Amino acid sequence: MAGLVFASGTAGPVPSAAAEALSKLRSLGESADVFYVGPAADEAFADLGAHGAGVIHHLDTDHGLPAAQAAAALADLVADGGYTIVLFGMGNLDRDVAGRLSARTGKPVLANAVDVAIDGGAVTMVNEILGGTRRVFTAVTAAAPAIVVARPKAFTAEPGDGGTPDVKSVAMPDVGHAGSLTVVEQHAEKSEGPDLAAADVVVSGGRGLGEASKFAMLDELAQLLGGAVGATRAVVDAGWVPYSYQVGQTGKTVKPDVYIACGVSGAMQHLVGMKDSATIVAINKDPEAPIFGVADLGIVGDVHKVVPALIDAIKGS
Amino acid sequence: MKIAVCAKQIPDPATPYELDPVTHWVVRPADQVLDDTDRYGIEIGLQLAEAEEGSTVTVFSMGPAGSMQGIRQALAMGADGAVLIEDEALRGADALTTARALAAAIGDGNYDIVIAGTESTDGYTGVVPQQLAELLGVPSLTFARKVERNGDVVRIERQTATGYDVVEGSPPLLLSVTSGVVEPRYPTFKGIMQAKSKPVETVTLADLGVVAHRQQEIERVEPVPAREAGEVFEDDGTGHEKIFALLTELKVV
Repeated sequence: MAGLVFASGTAGPVPSAAAEALSKLRSLGESADVFYVGPAADEAFADLGAHGAGVIHHLDTDHGLPAAQAAAALADLVADGGYTIVLFGMGNLDRDVAGRLSARTGKPVLANAVDVAIDGGAVTMVNEILGGTRRVFTAVTAAAPAIVVARPKAFTAEPGDGGTPDVKSVAMPDVGHAGSLTVVEQHAEKSEGPDLAAADVVVSGGRGLGEASKFAMLDELAQLLGGAVGATRAVVDAGWVPYSYQVGQTGKTVKPDVYIACGVSGAMQHLVGMKDSATIVAINKDPEAPIFGVADLGIVGDVHKVVPALIDAIKGS
Repeated sequence: MKIAVCAKQIPDPATPYELDPVTHWVVRPADQVLDDTDRYGIEIGLQLAEAEEGSTVTVFSMGPAGSMQGIRQALAMGADGAVLIEDEALRGADALTTARALAAAIGDGNYDIVIAGTESTDGYTGVVPQQLAELLGVPSLTFARKVERNGDVVRIERQTATGYDVVEGSPPLLLSVTSGVVEPRYPTFKGIMQAKSKPVETVTLADLGVVAHRQQEIERVEPVPAREAGEVFEDDGTGHEKIFALLTELKVV
C-alpha cells in the first residue's frame, strides 16, 4: 500500500507540511509518492526524495491558482484505488484541491488531523475539538483513498535514507470555466526576524493591546528575545497586523520554547495554534481570561505596564 | 446580478459546546445563531448587489429542522430571501453532503456569484466552498480579504501565508471570504421588521434529490491531558520581574 502527499511551491526548499506527511507515512511503513503542483523545483524534489518520496507526479505549471486542474489530475491518479490515503496540509491551495478532489471522487475530507493511523488499509484519523480539549478518533469508511488534511506540525519531519525520486510529468487537464482564474499580482509582506512558525520564542498580541501601534512594543520585546511576533485572529481581522502574523486554527501553529501572550484572551481558535508551546506566559488584565488556563506563568495586569517594564529589565541585564 | 450567500446556523459560541455521549456530535440547541464569520459573506453580497440595480441576494443555509434565528439575522441585514435546507438526516452528515445539498438548492447557472465564509466556527472542516465550486463547475476565488467587481471581472486579494495574491475571474464563480474582508453592517430596526415578511423557502434533501452520506464513523473521543496548572499572580508592580526570572531560568535572556 502507498500514500500520496500533496505539495505545491514555486521554488526553494520543500514545504514543511509535505516533509512532515512523508515522514509520517514512512513511520507507518507505507511507501509514499508526491503530487507536486508548480514549476520544476530541483531543490524541493531532492528534499522530497530525502524525506521518502518514491515518485513525484509533477503538474508543471506557473499558473498561480490551478486548483480545479490539480483536482482533476489528482482524481485520475487515485481513481484505481492504489493509494490508501492522500495527505494535504492546511495551505490555501491544499484546501482548495482537497475540497475539489472530494467533490469529484465522492469521498469525504477528514480535516484538521493531528494524527493518522493505517491498519491493513483502514485509515483512522485523529483531530482535536473544543479548543484542543478532546481528541476524536474517526474511522474512514469510504473506499480508498482517504482524503486527509493535516494540521501543521501534526507530524515530525525527519529525513530518511531516501534516494532520488522518479519525477513523472502529469498532463494539464482542461477543466473549462472552472479553471479560468488569473493570478495578476503576487505580494509578499516582509517581516523581520525569524519565521513565526519556526521561532523559538513567540511574543503575541491580542485585542487587549487596545490599538495597532502597541505592536511596536511587542516587536521590541521579540527582537530582544530573538523571537517572532504573532497575533490573534481578532486583531488580524481588525487590520492591525497582516494575516501572516496569525496564530490559531485559521493561522499558523506554533510550538516555541516560550510563548508570551500579551492582551490575548485565549479564544479556542487561538489556543489550538499555540497550546503545545513548551512554556506559556500570559499577561492579561482579565483574571477570568481562558489564556490563564494554559499558562505556566500568568500575570493579571496591564500589558502596557508589564511589557515595557519587562523590556527595561531585559535591556538592563 | 443574482447572488447566493451560504450561511450556517451554529450553537452560540459564547456557550460551552457539549457532545452527545453516544454519537459524539455537537449538541445543537433549538435556537442556533448565525455564524459570525458568515456576516462577512452576507455583507460582501449586499455590497455587490447594491452596486448594480436589480440585483438580489439569497441566503442558503442547511441544518436539522427548527432553527430560524440565524436566518432572520441574515435577512435583517438586508438579504432578499432565504432557502433553508432542513432535514433530520443532516444530523451527523459529512461536509460533502452539505456541499451537495447546497449545490442542488443553488442549482447550475441560477446565480452569478456564490459566496461563502472560509470555514464554520463550529466545524472548521474548511472545504465546503471548494466542494461546492467543484459541484457547480465554477472557478473558486477563495480566501478573499478584499473583493472588487468591475464589469464582468471580479478581482480579489487572496490571503496567502506570506502576503496576498491578486486574482481575477468572471462569473459564474464562487467567492470565499475571510473575516475582516469588510465591516458587516448591523441590522437596523427597519431591517429587523422587514425580515419578518421576507420569503423563506424550506426544502428537504428528498426535494433536492440528495442522499445524506456519512463515510466516516467516530470511534471514540478522549480528553486531552490538560496542561499542568501554572501560577497566576495579580500584578503588584513586580509582574515583569516574575517573567524576567522565568526567562532567565529558561536561558532565553
